[in-house]
Amino acid sequence: MISIEQNIDKKLIPILEQVSDPEIPVLSIMDMGVVRSAVIINNIVKVEITPTYSGCPAMDVIGDDIKHALKNAGYDSEIELILSPAWTTDWITPRGRKALQDYGIAPPLEPEVDKAVLLEGKKIVTCTNCGSQNTRLVSQFGSTACKAQFQCEDCQEPFDYFKCLK
Amino acid sequence: MNNNLYNYILGIADNSLILGQRMGELCGHGPTLETDIACTNISLDLFGQVRSYFQYAAKIAGDGRTEDDIAMLRKEREYKNVLLAEQPNTNFAYTIARQFLFDVYHLAFLSELQNSKDLTLSAIAKKCVKEVSYHERFSSDWVKRLGDGTEESHLKMQEAINDLWTYTDELFHQTESDKVMIKEGVAVDTAKLKENYYKQVSALLEEATLETPESKWFQKGGKKGVHTEHLGYLLADLQYMQRTYPNMEW
Repeated sequence: MISIEQNIDKKLIPILEQVSDPEIPVLSIMDMGVVRSAVIINNIVKVEITPTYSGCPAMDVIGDDIKHALKNAGYDSEIELILSPAWTTDWITPRGRKALQDYGIAPPLEPEVDKAVLLEGKKIVTCTNCGSQNTRLVSQFGSTACKAQFQCEDCQEPFDYFKCLK
Repeated sequence: MNNNLYNYILGIADNSLILGQRMGELCGHGPTLETDIACTNISLDLFGQVRSYFQYAAKIAGDGRTEDDIAMLRKEREYKNVLLAEQPNTNFAYTIARQFLFDVYHLAFLSELQNSKDLTLSAIAKKCVKEVSYHERFSSDWVKRLGDGTEESHLKMQEAINDLWTYTDELFHQTESDKVMIKEGVAVDTAKLKENYYKQVSALLEEATLETPESKWFQKGGKKGVHTEHLGYLLADLQYMQRTYPNMEW
């Protein structure tokens, strides 16, 4: 469900898919939806990326990693950070959501559900370890800006939940 | 350079910078691991937002100063944050009260700033408003938990709200630059947010079994650069690296 079109040169997709989020290595920046455009102009690749959260320290690293990957493929590049339109968790691809789940981070639910879970203590978030929905919110803020902490009441496993951002 | 726009941006940015620094002080010192992480996450969000504002301010200034110069190398009187933001972490109740009283304002402010005719400010606001809605939930939740908690937590929460109340009115003050920017459709007319702010704050305090202070005497000065004694110490901490090792970068 990508509502805003990305303008990415098809040739560059395999290269960009090799770059992953340094804090969530299973997730490529393409599946994360942070690459908004990548075009070749006069032999230089211009890449626009958008931060997930304003303070996300991974953005500088992601920028460097993209440059590095493109250099290895024979391209010079310029990276620009853009704010508008603001990133939303809708831009995470289905493959990205699956990768998050497998990695032990529950993927984001819908905003209404998010509110019900974070504010009203509804049990809807699925444990990444045993699949139970008998889970509870430990804290709205987790190990990185984009995550909340949960714990499963059945298998007792603590896990991260990727907060919905829309 | 457009001085009014520059001043307006600094006014917004300094609030987040100074409050971010205060929340950052709790890194490793929060009352529990979860609240420690929450406070520093909020701090990180605020610093991230501040970078966007200062990058824009540096572009407008156009005099070779970078975002870091503007953030780190001004003197106390040149910081235009509201007094509320610089109040110390006296105890956890104060940290939460300060955050709550600011968050309710901040969320309403950013919701309006999204409509700014200035496209950069509008874009920043659209980004930040999503993050700040999480801050507001966190601080409101804790006001309720402490207010409607034990006898001691109730007393401490009430004391913090009473003490910080005097700094709330300044959130709605407007400088000359603010007024010019409001006329141009760039700035948020904060006067229009005031009534709803106090309504919202009072409703939550009531839910938290706390009393809304009745005092109508309010402190002001931060927006003109006249600060409480706390800011100097905060800046000494904040600016230490840049002053000791000039031009250092990450």
